[in-house]
Amino acid sequence: MAEVEDTLKRIQAQHGVIGTIVVNGEGIPIRTTLDNSTSVQYAGLLHQLTMKARSAVRDIDPQNELTFLRIRSKKHEIMVAPDKEYLLIAIQNPSE
Amino acid sequence: MKDKSNADNLPKPEEAVASEPGHPEYIFPLVLTSVSQELFSCRADEDVTAENPHKLLKKQDIIQDLRHRAAVCDFSPVKQAVLDYPEDELLLVFDRDFTYGQSFYLVLTVQAKESILKPPAEGADEQMEDEEQQEEEEEMMMKTPEPQPWVSLGSEQEIQDQSLSESRPRLRYSVCPLGRRSGTRVRFSDRNALDWKEELVECSSYEDKSFSITRMERDSSTQTCRDNTHTCTQTLWKKPKNMWSQYEPREFSSEEKQHQLQSENLKNFITSVARRFEIYLQQNLIADVFCDDWTALCEDDASLMGKTETQLKEYQSFMDLHFSKEKTISHVQWHPSISGVIVVSMMERLSLEERIDSSTKLLLNPSHILFWSFSDPINPQLQLECPDDVLCFQFSPSDHNIIAGGCMNGQVVLWDISAHVDRLQDTRSGGKNILNKLGKSDATPVVRYCAVSGIENGHKAPITDIQWLPETFEVNKLGTPVENQSRTSVQLVTCAPDCCVLFWDLRAPRVMVHSLTDIKQKQEEKPLENPHGVPNTFTHLNLTWKPFIRVSLPKISSSGEYSPLKFSMRENTVDYNTGDKSVSGADSHVFAQLRMQSAKQQKPLQNISTKLYIATEDGELVYTDWKVEKDNDSGRMLSAKPLDVFLLQDTLLHTVSRSPFFRDIILTVGRFSFSIWREGLTCGPLLMSVYSKSMFSAGHWSRSRPAVLFMGREDGDVEVWDLLQNSRQPSHTQNISTAAISSIRTQTSSAKQNLLAVSDRLGTLHILQIPGSLRRSSSSERQNVEKYFEKEEERLQYFEKRQSDHQKKKKETEAEQQKKKTELVTPPKQEEEVDAETLKEYQQFLTLEKLILKDMNIQNETQQTCNTINTP
Repeated sequence: MAEVEDTLKRIQAQHGVIGTIVVNGEGIPIRTTLDNSTSVQYAGLLHQLTMKARSAVRDIDPQNELTFLRIRSKKHEIMVAPDKEYLLIAIQNPSE
Repeated sequence: MKDKSNADNLPKPEEAVASEPGHPEYIFPLVLTSVSQELFSCRADEDVTAENPHKLLKKQDIIQDLRHRAAVCDFSPVKQAVLDYPEDELLLVFDRDFTYGQSFYLVLTVQAKESILKPPAEGADEQMEDEEQQEEEEEMMMKTPEPQPWVSLGSEQEIQDQSLSESRPRLRYSVCPLGRRSGTRVRFSDRNALDWKEELVECSSYEDKSFSITRMERDSSTQTCRDNTHTCTQTLWKKPKNMWSQYEPREFSSEEKQHQLQSENLKNFITSVARRFEIYLQQNLIADVFCDDWTALCEDDASLMGKTETQLKEYQSFMDLHFSKEKTISHVQWHPSISGVIVVSMMERLSLEERIDSSTKLLLNPSHILFWSFSDPINPQLQLECPDDVLCFQFSPSDHNIIAGGCMNGQVVLWDISAHVDRLQDTRSGGKNILNKLGKSDATPVVRYCAVSGIENGHKAPITDIQWLPETFEVNKLGTPVENQSRTSVQLVTCAPDCCVLFWDLRAPRVMVHSLTDIKQKQEEKPLENPHGVPNTFTHLNLTWKPFIRVSLPKISSSGEYSPLKFSMRENTVDYNTGDKSVSGADSHVFAQLRMQSAKQQKPLQNISTKLYIATEDGELVYTDWKVEKDNDSGRMLSAKPLDVFLLQDTLLHTVSRSPFFRDIILTVGRFSFSIWREGLTCGPLLMSVYSKSMFSAGHWSRSRPAVLFMGREDGDVEVWDLLQNSRQPSHTQNISTAAISSIRTQTSSAKQNLLAVSDRLGTLHILQIPGSLRRSSSSERQNVEKYFEKEEERLQYFEKRQSDHQKKKKETEAEQQKKKTELVTPPKQEEEVDAETLKEYQQFLTLEKLILKDMNIQNETQQTCNTINTP
């Protein structure tokens, strides 16, 4: 439990990170550093997107699988690390 | 069949049988009393029931009963019918349901009796009927039908018609050829009839009209259908309708979250993923992920190819026939909020002597400030009447309807154009509908000035520069900036070559109120009539206005004063809390009601620079502070000596302006060159342009590109200087007019910033379009310009340092030389001492050598031989 906390804190403490969210397999946030409504929104949308991305990768090559997803936008970069049961989302603003 | 006992029971006449018309004639409803019922053994519900309602009564019994009881008998009304009855037995039916009105009815005819008994009879009678039918059938089977003679009904005729019969005997013909030998054998052969059509005579059948057979009967069928019908059906019309649903996301409770966090899987997941995350997060910091290489590439290309586009195209030019003759434009300003409106002040093009000569004529022709709009190039939209030639004017930054101008005679003038703003805005928007305007009056409205300062209080020389203080702060009597409660610009600063800078306030001065009567009098005086239709905004100032601070400019080193032509203040921003709204809820337009604050109420503000740069008539740039101090000796306000003075040229400096991009970069333009300064840097200008042959007459920073300057020359050229490209010559020159350029201004109101207003000494205003390359700045241009200025600054500092170092060194060398001079006096004494010293050293060296050799026990012989050699 403590290791989980430490790791999450380390990620959050990186320069420019706005927030981190841990999401379960159904898209419900388990642990978040943002407020409730924002994290629920991020969790729902990114969960769907990750499913889609994962199925796309699998369809192209069944031996392949999705390891990481990065969405770069004008203002931030959203990083998603998928897993069988969980999802770790981090939002970074690197221009600061 | 039961026996009937004789009983006469005459029916009472009261028991009249209701002879209903409903019952048939052979039915006679009867009422039988219980006595007669017993007599005839047809008691209701005992002998005669609903199932078995029929009872046959013997006729004789009824007749006997009739005789016995005569009138009392129930059958007396039917006596005659009974007597006439042919058979012996009469049918009495028990009418339980009273169908004919009474409980019994008597059937009077034989046939009815038969019919009643037989067909509708159920139960026992039915069986009997079936048996009878069966008997009949058997009888039929047994009997063979006997043939009956045929009766002709007329059908033989048809048969005869249809049948074929000979109507006459058959004809016989014998055919034999003529002249043929009879008896010889005839040989018959076959011959095809079709091959020998010529020897053939055919009798084919043909339609003979006289023997047409008409059909008498024909089988045909028809079907009926409607030709046109109207029907309707209902279609499904899906109307778009707004639908919404409310939902909320699924969430975990905190206990569940805790539980989840504890799980092993989560731990493994996080540890496996964290490493990757950190790498990527750091990656983003190392390289700029958001830089778009593609666009950055094309920007550089654009600067190379932009040379074709540097031409300033003429967009429009304004020249008024009535007012611009013999006049020149002294100041140009774009309207700060309404796009497409430009304001120009006209001035007489006369030298001082000529002015004095024609002063009477000038008094009769007042000068004007004209408002031009792009929609109407011939007629100005608005005219502002001025008491004298206006050299400069400015719009108030907080209220764009108030204009302050400085006149030739040293007065400050105020106009309020709130009444005519609609007209200006209309011309901008509805410029296309010129036809509609013909109905309106074509004459341009003339607006008279609202207030003028008192002549004795103002400047003694023509006012050459006027500026408003921004609405963020105001200045009190000592010159300290304080908080501006009303958040509007209420103060002006003017300068003139009479060696002072004056601060003016738009509000009425604080007047001590002595008594209530005074207040009342003042209130009564306020609603004065307005001559000339002048708005009331500044009537409290008219002719009594005076400045509240007078800043004089004493020279630093000598006595006398500087005579300013233009000045430039630092742009100061003040952060106010949004909660601090103005104290008085009074309308900010009503300047008459605003009062200057008392010293107690004022809150001094820090971080406001109170320093001015002043360009003087003698070619100096003066850097001074406007705060005044109270001189304890004389009790008057004195201003401090300027902080810095730079002597640039012999002739006057006519422009001082700050760069819109950098707050501390200042451009000064003189006759022969221009310079760029940084505020606070006292060594010298960052850049000084080369002295040129033709004179500069106007200069202006570009508002869209930090490195571009527009310069106007005496021969009518407009030059575009790009500091990053070449700081020694202009990047582009273009001749606009034949006369000298008097001022250049860029448009500030619209975001596109593509128009440049250039006015010349002939009184024409040219509007030029700035090409795209001069408009669009690349993203790095500002940084490049900053770097350039920093480099220049470093260069200056380096030079200064070098100078100071050089001076130091110079001093040091001088000191050394001085030292050396003093040292050269005693050389000879020292020589002898030096010789003695060297001898001593040599002796010391020899003794040392001997010691070392003794220690090392080297052969004394060699030493001796050496000694002998060494001492010749």
